Amino acid sequence: MDTKAIGGCAPEAAICARGISRDFEAGQTTIRVLHGIDTDIRSGEMTYVVGESGSGKTTLISIMCGILWPTEGEVKVFGTDIYKLSDTELVKFRLNNIGFIFQQYNLIPSIDVASNAAVPLIAQGVPREEARERAKVLLEKLNIGNQADKLPRQLSGGQQQRVAIARALVHEPRLVVCDEPTAALDASSGRRVMDLLREVAVAPDRACIIVTHDNRIFDLADRIIVLEDGRVTHDGKEMPDDH
Amino acid sequence: MLWIAIRMLTGDAQKFYGLLFGIGFSTLLITQQMTIFVNLVERGASGVYNAPEAEVWVMDPVSRTTDVSYAMPGTALDRVRSVKGVEWAVPHLRAQANVRTKDGDLEGVGIVGVDDATLIGLPERMASGDKSVLFAPDTVVIDDVGTTRLFPDGESALGSRLELNDQRAVIRGIADAIPSFTSTVVLYTRYSSALNFVPGTRNRLSFVLVGVSEGETPESVAARIEAETGLKAETRKEFARAGINFIIENTGIPTNFGITVFLGFVVGIAIVGLTFSLFLRDNIKQFGALKAIGVTNAKIVQMVGVQAGMVGAIGYALGVIGTVAFIKAFGSNPFFKGFYIPWQIPLISLVAVVIILAITGLIAIRSVLNTEPASVFR
Ligand SMILES: Nc1ncnc2c1ncn2[C@@H]1O[C@H](COP(=O)(O)OP(=O)(O)OP(=O)(O)O)[C@@H](O)[C@H]1O
Ligand SMILES: [Mg+2]
Repeated sequence: MDTKAIGGCAPEAAICARGISRDFEAGQTTIRVLHGIDTDIRSGEMTYVVGESGSGKTTLISIMCGILWPTEGEVKVFGTDIYKLSDTELVKFRLNNIGFIFQQYNLIPSIDVASNAAVPLIAQGVPREEARERAKVLLEKLNIGNQADKLPRQLSGGQQQRVAIARALVHEPRLVVCDEPTAALDASSGRRVMDLLREVAVAPDRACIIVTHDNRIFDLADRIIVLEDGRVTHDGKEMPDDH
Repeated sequence: MLWIAIRMLTGDAQKFYGLLFGIGFSTLLITQQMTIFVNLVERGASGVYNAPEAEVWVMDPVSRTTDVSYAMPGTALDRVRSVKGVEWAVPHLRAQANVRTKDGDLEGVGIVGVDDATLIGLPERMASGDKSVLFAPDTVVIDDVGTTRLFPDGESALGSRLELNDQRAVIRGIADAIPSFTSTVVLYTRYSSALNFVPGTRNRLSFVLVGVSEGETPESVAARIEAETGLKAETRKEFARAGINFIIENTGIPTNFGITVFLGFVVGIAIVGLTFSLFLRDNIKQFGALKAIGVTNAKIVQMVGVQAGMVGAIGYALGVIGTVAFIKAFGSNPFFKGFYIPWQIPLISLVAVVIILAITGLIAIRSVLNTEPASVFR
C-alpha cells in the first residue's frame, strides 16, 4: 500500500515526515532549504542521508529528531506528532526516545568516560552509580571498557566517538541520529566506528539515521536517501550510478 | 545532573579560582571596609562608652557630644539632684589641655574630671594600677592607647611626670578605654584637680552624670530633668548616637568608605561577570548537547544556579574569614583596639554577593538558554 500518496503513515514507521519545509532568514530574504519532503524511516534499518554540502541533510534530520521546528509539515516519531507537544514534553520525548551522536562528540571534559556515557540515564533520574554501571556494560561492548574511569581528553578521537555512541545508546532509545559521525576521524578508525555502530545500534525495534559524506562507508547502509537542494532525488538500497 | 554542574565548574580550575577570587575579594573589601567604618564612627561615642555608670547625661542645651560641649554653672548639679527619679548625680568635666613631653614636644590631650568621691566617669576597667590611685594629689590616669602616643619608645608610663598646662601631674594608672575618634590622649583625674589643671573660666561643669532610681527608666528621668531644669538631658543610648552622628555629619568618612564599598561591589560584578560568562561560553557546546539529549531549560537554570551558589558560598566564606583574620592580625595595633564585626555587616556583604551572582548569572545564563539544541549539529 502506498501510504505516502494519501499522506498517511504506515503504522510500523519509526518516523513519518510529511510535507516538511524549512525556511531560514538570511538578512532581508528568506531561503527555503527543504521543499516539502515526504519520507518514512523504518525500524531495523540503517538509513543514510547523503547529499552535497548545503543540500539540507542536517536540517532534515534535526527536524526529524525534534530539535528544529519545520516551517511547514508534520513529523510523527513512533506515532507521536512531536511538534504538537509542548516544549517540555518534547524535551522529555527526546530524552526517552532518541539518542544523539554529534560530529564534535561534545563530551563533558571534567567527568569521566563512564559518567559521560551515562548522561542520558542521569538526566532521566537514574541514580549515578547504577547509571554508570549500565554505561560500563555498553563501553565494554564498544571495546573501551578499560577506559571507563579516564577523562575524555585522555582518549583518542575514535575512542571518544565510541563514548559518544555509548551515550547515544545507553538509555536504549528507539531512534538514533548521527550527523557525520566519522568526519573527525581518519579512514580506518572511521570505518571501525561505523562497523561497531552497525553492530550495536541496529536492532529490530530501533531506527538509525546517519548523515554522511563518507562514501567509504556507503556499503554499510540498508537504505540511502539522497538530498539535492532540499529535495529527495533518490531513495533506495544502493547509491545511484551518477554519484 | 547537579553534581555534573559542580564538576564542570571545578574542572575548569582557572575560571573556578577566578570566580572565587572575585567573590572573595568583593566580600573582603565590603566586609572589611564596612567594619572599619562602623568601628571608626562608633568612636564618636567613646566618651559615652567610657563612662559606663552614667544612665543619663545632662548638659547645656547647646552641647552636642562629649567633645563638643558648653559648660554649665555649678548650680546645675543641685538642680538635677532635686529632680524626682534621680538616684545620684555627679559632676563631669571634659576639657582640652597641652602636655609638654620629655623631648619637649607639645601634645594636645583631653582632660576628664571624674567625681571626687565615687570616681564615676572613669572607664570600667584599669589596664594597670588601681582606680584608687586617683585619690593621691596631682594624679592622673592615662588611657592605654594614649600611652603609645605619649611614650612611643615603650618606656613605662607609670610614675612619669607630665607638665600639664604649667601644672605638675604624675601618671599613676592606665585605664582600659575605648580610643576616641581622633585617638587623642585622655587623662582622667578627679574633678577637683581637673579644675586646677584647666585654666579657670567661671563655669566648668561640662556634664552632670545621672543614675536613675529603681523603677524609673532613663527616658522618663531625662524627660523630667529637661522639663524641670531647662537643661538638655539625653539617655546613654541617645547621647552615644549623637556622638556617632556628629562624626558621620562632620567628616568625609561615609563618602570615602561608601565609595570603596561600592568599588568592591563593582569590581565583583566585573570579575565574576566576565569569568562566569566566559565559563558558560566555554561550555556552550556541552550545554547544547545536554539540551538536545533532553535536559530541560529549568534543569539547566538549576545547574547554573548550583554553580553560582557554590562559587558564592566558598568565595563569601573566604572573604569573611579574610576579614576576621585581618581584624585579628591587627588587633594589637592601637588603631584597631576594640574592633569587632557587627553581625549586620556579614549579612550585608552576603546580600551583595547574592546580588552580584544574580546579576552576572542572569546575564551569563541567557547565552545558554538561547542556544538552540539544533546548534549541536553545526
Ligand atoms: N540556522 C541557520 N540559519 C540560516 N541558514 C541556515 C541555518 N542552518 C542551515 N542553514 C542553511 O541551510 C542550508 C542547508 O544547511 P544544512 O546544514 O542542512 O546542510 P548540510 O547538507 O547539512 O550541509 P553540510 O554537508 O555542509 O553539513 C545551507 O544553505 C545553510 O546555509
Ligand atoms: Mg550538515
